[in-house]
Amino acid sequence: MAAGVSLASRAAAVRRRRPRRVRYHLVVLLFMSPWILGFLGFILYPMLASLYFSFTKYNLLQSPEWVGLFNYRFMLQHDSLFWQAVRNTVWIVLFGTPIQIAFAIATAMVLTRVKSGSGFYRTLFFLPTMVPAVAAALAFVFLLNPAGPVNTILRFLHVPEPLWFASPQWSKPALVGLSLWGIGETMIIFLAALLDVPAQLYEAADLEGAGPWQKFRYVTLPMISPVIFFSLVIGVIFGFQYFTQAYVASGGQLHLGEPQGSLRFYAVWMYQQIQYTHMGYAAAMAWALFLVVMACTVVLTKTSGRWVHYQGGR
Amino acid sequence: MKRLLSVVAVLGVLAGACTAGGGTTSSPVETVNPSGSHTPVTLTVWDYFTERELKNLTDVLNRFNAQYPWIDVKIVPGKQPIDFVRGINSGETFDVGIDSESTNVPLYCSTGGMLDLAPFIKADGMDLGSVFPSAALKYTSYQGVQCTFPLLTDAYGLYYNKDMLDAAGYTEPPKTLSEFTDMAKKLTVFDPDGSIKVAGFMPLSTFYENTNLYNGNAWGTQWYTPEGKSAFATDPAWKQLLQWNKDLVDFYGYDNLQRFYQQLGGPNSEWSSAQAFEQGKVAMLYDGEWRGTFIRDDEAKIEFGTAPFPVADDHSDWYGSGQVGGTVVGISRTSEHPAEAWLLVKFLTTDTKAVETLAELLGNVPTTFDSLNDPKLSSDPQFKPFLDIFSNEHSYLLPLTPAGAAPADLWADFQGKWEAGKVSDLQGGLEQLAAAVDQQLQLG
Repeated sequence: MAAGVSLASRAAAVRRRRPRRVRYHLVVLLFMSPWILGFLGFILYPMLASLYFSFTKYNLLQSPEWVGLFNYRFMLQHDSLFWQAVRNTVWIVLFGTPIQIAFAIATAMVLTRVKSGSGFYRTLFFLPTMVPAVAAALAFVFLLNPAGPVNTILRFLHVPEPLWFASPQWSKPALVGLSLWGIGETMIIFLAALLDVPAQLYEAADLEGAGPWQKFRYVTLPMISPVIFFSLVIGVIFGFQYFTQAYVASGGQLHLGEPQGSLRFYAVWMYQQIQYTHMGYAAAMAWALFLVVMACTVVLTKTSGRWVHYQGGR
Repeated sequence: MKRLLSVVAVLGVLAGACTAGGGTTSSPVETVNPSGSHTPVTLTVWDYFTERELKNLTDVLNRFNAQYPWIDVKIVPGKQPIDFVRGINSGETFDVGIDSESTNVPLYCSTGGMLDLAPFIKADGMDLGSVFPSAALKYTSYQGVQCTFPLLTDAYGLYYNKDMLDAAGYTEPPKTLSEFTDMAKKLTVFDPDGSIKVAGFMPLSTFYENTNLYNGNAWGTQWYTPEGKSAFATDPAWKQLLQWNKDLVDFYGYDNLQRFYQQLGGPNSEWSSAQAFEQGKVAMLYDGEWRGTFIRDDEAKIEFGTAPFPVADDHSDWYGSGQVGGTVVGISRTSEHPAEAWLLVKFLTTDTKAVETLAELLGNVPTTFDSLNDPKLSSDPQFKPFLDIFSNEHSYLLPLTPAGAAPADLWADFQGKWEAGKVSDLQGGLEQLAAAVDQQLQLG
C-alpha cells in the first residue's frame, strides 16, 4: 500500500515537473528564436535554394528550369575560363597563404625583440590592416604603376622594371605583395603566441647547446603551431574566395580578369556569371567552391594531429 | 540517392515558390486618352543618370509633367544594368526603366521583364521605321519583340589631332585601314631609348574605347552564323582584324605599349584631363561622340577634328558607318501604371524637343530622325560626323543575346592573349573561342 502511494505521488510529481520542463524549453526556444529565425531565413534557406538553383537554368526573370547536372558537367568539361580561374586561385592559395604566414611570423618575431617603443612599432605594423581593401589595392596600383614610385627606385638601382599589374607574369606576385602589407591582424595573433612561449623552454634549449635555428625549429614552431594551423585554415578559405583586390587591380568592371586572364580568380569568374544572369551556373560554381573549401579544411584538420602541438595536450 | 533527389525536389518547389515566374503575356493594353480627365498617378522611374545628368533629365521630365499634369514622376537614380534585373525579379514596383546599355535587352524582351511595346505602338498607330533609324531599332529589340525604345545613343568614330596631321603633311583623315596604319606609324614618335613618346594610334584592345573598335564594324565582322552559332572561326573578317591589330602592336612592341599606357595613367585616365588624346600623347583616337564635350570641359590645348573611323580596304562603301548603341527605355513588368508609363516612354524617346534637349545637355547623339536635324547639334562640325554615323545604314551594334556580355568578354579575353603573342595557332584559337561562346549561349 505504501509502495502504491509512493508510486502515485512520484507520478504526480513527474506530471507536475513535465509542464515545468516544457515551459523551460519554450523559454529557451523563445530566447533563441531570433537566431533560429535568422539562421533559417538568412542562412539555411538561401543555401538550400542555391543548391536547387545549381541544378537549373535560371536568369532571374523566368522561373528556374530544371537541367539536372548540366551546370556541373559544363563547369568541368566545357568552360575553359573556369579552369583558368581555378589555376589562378590555386596559385594564390598555394603561394599567397604560406608567404603571408611566414611573413607574419617573421614580423612578429622581430617585434618581440624590440626593446623600446614596441607599442609604436606594433601599431605601425598593424595600421595597414585598418585600410579598406579597395583603398589598399588602389594605393598599390599607384605604387606599382610602371611609371610609379617603385619602378622609379628600381630604375635608379638599374634593376629591370616589371609592368606589375599590366603583366600576366607579375600581376599575381604583385597581389601577394599587397597582401603582405596587410598582415597586421595575423601578425598580432602570432605576436601573442610568441610571447606566450614559456621562457624556460628556451633556457633548457640553451643548456642543451641549441642554436637560434634549432630553437626556432624545435621550440618556437611547435609552440605556435596551433596559431599557424588557425592562420592556414583561414588563409586557405580566404584564398579560395579572393575577389576584391583582383577586381580593383585589374581595372574594375570593364577589365575583369586582365591582364590576359591572370587575375581571373574563381570568385571573379563566378561574379561575371552573375552579371550575365547565369544564376544556375553561378550557384553550381558556388557549391563546387563550398565543397572544395570544406574538403581542404577537413584535410587540414585531419592532418593537423601530426604537426600541431597543444600545450598540455588537446 | 532517392532521398537526396526528393530533398532537392522539395527544395525546388520551395525555391520556385519564392522566385520570379513569368514570361511574356499578351493582353489588350489599356491606353490613356491624354485629353480626358484623370486620377493623379505617380510614376516611378529607375534611371542610371546621376549628378549633372540627373538634373538634365529632371528638367526634361518637368516638361512632361507640364504636358500631363496628373502624372507625377519620382526618379530613383544611379541604377546599374543588373539592378533592373534584380528589381523585376524581386517584384519591386517601378514603372519605367532607363538602362544605360542595351546588353540586357534580349533578356528583357525574351522574358517579358520589360513589356512588349507592340500593343502600345499599334494602339497609337506609330510607324517605328519613320521615327528611329534601323540601327536603333535593332539594339532595342530582340527576335521581333520591341520591348524598349532608344533614348540617345553613342556613336563611335575617329578623333585626330589636326596639328600633328598637318605637321606630318596630311590634309585629311584616313578613310581606309591601310591609310590609317601608314599614318599611325608616321605620326608616332619614339624616344631615344625606344620608348613611345607620342603614339600615332594605341592599338591595344584594353585602351580606352578600343574594345568597341574590335567589335569589328570597320571589318564588317559577323558575330553569329544564320543558325545562331558563333562565327569567330568561320568569318574571315575576324582574322583580318586580328592581323591588323597584331601588325600595329608589333610595330610598337607589346611591352612598350603597356608601359606607355600605364605611364599615361592606365584605364582611369580616360575620364580625366590626363586622357592621352587630350594631352597630345596620341595623335588618333577611336572614341565616342562625348569626347568633344570632355575636350572642351577639360580645356585641353589641342586642335582636333572628327570623322568616321576608316574601314577595311575592300569595303570602302562602308565608310561613314560605325558602332552605335546606347541608353534604352522600357516599361517594367512590375509597373502598376503601364498606360501612363507608355506616355512617359513615348515622350522621352520621340518628343523631338525632349530628345534634342537631352542630347544637347548630355552631349550624346539624339535617336530620332527628326532630332538628328537639330540645328544646334548638326551645325557643330566636330559633332556632325557622329550624327551621320548613327543614321548610316551600315552602322550597327554587335548582335545581342540573352547571354549578355559573355560573348564579348570571351572575345576580349582571346584578343588580349593574341596581341600579347600568346596564341600560336590562330585558327585553332578562334575555333576554341567559338566553341566557348556557343557554350556560354547555352547557359543564357
